[in-house]
Amino acid sequence: MAGDAHLFEYALRLGDDSLVLGQRLGEWCGHGPMLEVDLTLANVALDLIGQATHFLDYAGQVEGAGRDGDRLAFHRDVYDFRNCLLVEQPNGDFAQTMARQFLFSNQQVLFLERLSGSGDATLAGVAAKAVKEVAYHAQVSSEWVIRLGDGTDESRARMAAGLEWMWRFVDELFETDAVDEAVVAAGIGVDKAALRPEFDARVGAVLADAGLETPPARRPVLGGRTGRHSEHLGHLLSQMQFLQRAYPGATW
Amino acid sequence: MTATADVAAPALKDRLMRVLAEVPDPEIPVVSVVDLGIVRGVREGPSPAVLITPTYTGCPATLVIEASIRAALDNAGHADVEVETVLSPPWSTDWISEEGREKLRAYGIAPPPKGAAGASLRNAEAAECPQCRSTHTEEISRFGSTPCKALWRCLDCAEPFDRFKCH
Repeated sequence: MAGDAHLFEYALRLGDDSLVLGQRLGEWCGHGPMLEVDLTLANVALDLIGQATHFLDYAGQVEGAGRDGDRLAFHRDVYDFRNCLLVEQPNGDFAQTMARQFLFSNQQVLFLERLSGSGDATLAGVAAKAVKEVAYHAQVSSEWVIRLGDGTDESRARMAAGLEWMWRFVDELFETDAVDEAVVAAGIGVDKAALRPEFDARVGAVLADAGLETPPARRPVLGGRTGRHSEHLGHLLSQMQFLQRAYPGATW
Repeated sequence: MTATADVAAPALKDRLMRVLAEVPDPEIPVVSVVDLGIVRGVREGPSPAVLITPTYTGCPATLVIEASIRAALDNAGHADVEVETVLSPPWSTDWISEEGREKLRAYGIAPPPKGAAGASLRNAEAAECPQCRSTHTEEISRFGSTPCKALWRCLDCAEPFDRFKCH
């Protein structure tokens, strides 16, 4: 059985990934290149924030220190966030946002498929529900990668640049540390490294359809799981947490 | 318990289900939380509870639904019945009742085909236009006004319509 400390950390990571990416996508609301895209981004954001609520509430329960999902979301500073670096990357242009979504969702759909078989009933329940929604996210972002990659010179160049920006952060999605090892050994976590071949095949097939080169391997950038974040996350939190920083404990 | 007693005092479950059948979904008020399959069941016994399940993970109506059910139970004299959320097995559109599907159609929302949940996340088959029943239709956007709906258009009668996504 994994200790509660490991389970807390695991649920926190999952919650933070969804929360930070949901917040990032929310920045597009009202700025999408067309109405349908605006709706898409807002809906994906909503799904992710729903996942974050479930995972962070559960993390709080496991911790047993009286913190709920809101407390964890709004009353921690940068160094206490455990999300991967990919999700905190800036939106850039629409192609850069789609590159980030494409890589994240294609990993997340494989991850949640496995997590829905977790020995932990809460993690399994959240995963089984969310995986159906994430399948949409993976599909819609893959379609945009193809449309932009196989589009005009301009759209193709932007899509390639977006992938180039995000590619450094892919390895972290499959990073396995002591927390992962403990939850996998306890039968409640997912062996992320084992997902890599299927991820590479999925991503490779879409890039081939898009007529885009798979970017060359880069030195991986790691650190999100231990709270070493890029400068982008602090700015995101300053906006997301503004109200609770200005009026701690405010409710309505 | 005798048959007479049953008539005099219907089982708690039946009484609760009658109350719940009157609680509308906040986003699509023509269907009830029972029609949509949000009510998973009733637990009788010493700690009675209504068991509900969220439809979509990020559905912002979830909290409103829970509050509406709480209020309806209180108003019907069931303040002692708890409302509990269960996540597993996950909700799917197959849980929408036949009556619920008809109500959706009459309201102008193409209902998901029965038994199609999970089989077709792409929702690739043409939806049936709830106005003219044509299947000569096309998807405008996979994401619509709420997490549960996609936006479609009828190519015969030219009306846009919402399609409840298979899920």
